Amino acid sequence: MKHHRVLRIVSKLLIPFIMLFALYVQFHGDFGPGGGFQAGVILASAFILYGLIFGLENARKVAPPAVVTRLVAAGVLIYAATGYAGLLKGGNFLDYGVLGATPVAGQHLGILIIEFGVGTTVAASMITIFFLFAGRER
Amino acid sequence: MIITLIDIILLTFMGATAIAILRLRSLFAVVMLSGIYSLLAASMFVALDAVDVAFTEAAVGAGISTVLMMATLALTGERERPAAHTAWLPIAVVTVTGAALLYATFDMPPFGAADAPVNLRVAPRYLNDSFGEVGLPNVVTSVLASYRGYDTLGEVTVIFTAAVAVMILLGGRKGDDAGIKNEPPKEKLADNDGDGDTA
Repeated sequence: MKHHRVLRIVSKLLIPFIMLFALYVQFHGDFGPGGGFQAGVILASAFILYGLIFGLENARKVAPPAVVTRLVAAGVLIYAATGYAGLLKGGNFLDYGVLGATPVAGQHLGILIIEFGVGTTVAASMITIFFLFAGRER
Repeated sequence: MIITLIDIILLTFMGATAIAILRLRSLFAVVMLSGIYSLLAASMFVALDAVDVAFTEAAVGAGISTVLMMATLALTGERERPAAHTAWLPIAVVTVTGAALLYATFDMPPFGAADAPVNLRVAPRYLNDSFGEVGLPNVVTSVLASYRGYDTLGEVTVIFTAAVAVMILLGGRKGDDAGIKNEPPKEKLADNDGDGDTA
């Protein structure tokens, strides 16, 4: 799609805003609709759009597969580690109340961290799946 | 009243899209129409006041799955083979199952009824106490991330497993990052306008 100047320029303009929107959905999910799942998919769609317009090779340079595949696991580990942090602090597994000074502050912190883990895994998974599908010989 | 009208219009569009998907043989058009179907479903969820679900449906159903389907189409054929035999048995099965499901809905409480079982057990507790316990204005996030945090951990594990499964199935030799680096074709996905070339 290298010859489509309109698509290239429009997507160049749009991709930063798509990423910004993903971050907004990620960290504003406590207050409005959204959360890690939606944010991860939106962030992945920015990379996928880049890959569709500028070619898979360039997308792989932006998001190196070696890093992305590790992020798939990192997100789940961040989530589970938050659960174990609750255990170590004397609460139950995934009980965020003990993580902060007050239960509500702990809940805030815990939800922020696990949503970040969710977003990481979802975004990395979607990018990996896209890379694998798109990079396959017919 | 206006919501009922919107529901009827959306349902009509969804029915028309489903029939079109059934009848079309061009898989490119089918993929596009299933994206449209997802977008209509997302609009339906908005009409039902389920914004979080609508958000997910629009992002995953209309967005990512359409792209993945297109990527699959680039690997397979563009047209569906005509069916070799008539479909009377499947039609009978679908009709009977659909009728049974419709019959079952007559037993359900009306949508949004205050005395429906779903609104009598944990829902009041979430709505009344979650702001004091978790402190988030969005109760959906409180339930997903805190009260049902264990379920959400399972969901994330499902996504992780899906990615690993795709890596195993589509990745190449071992030792080269799940085959992602295998000599990629340059313009594999470029045929998005479905006319058979890569423009």
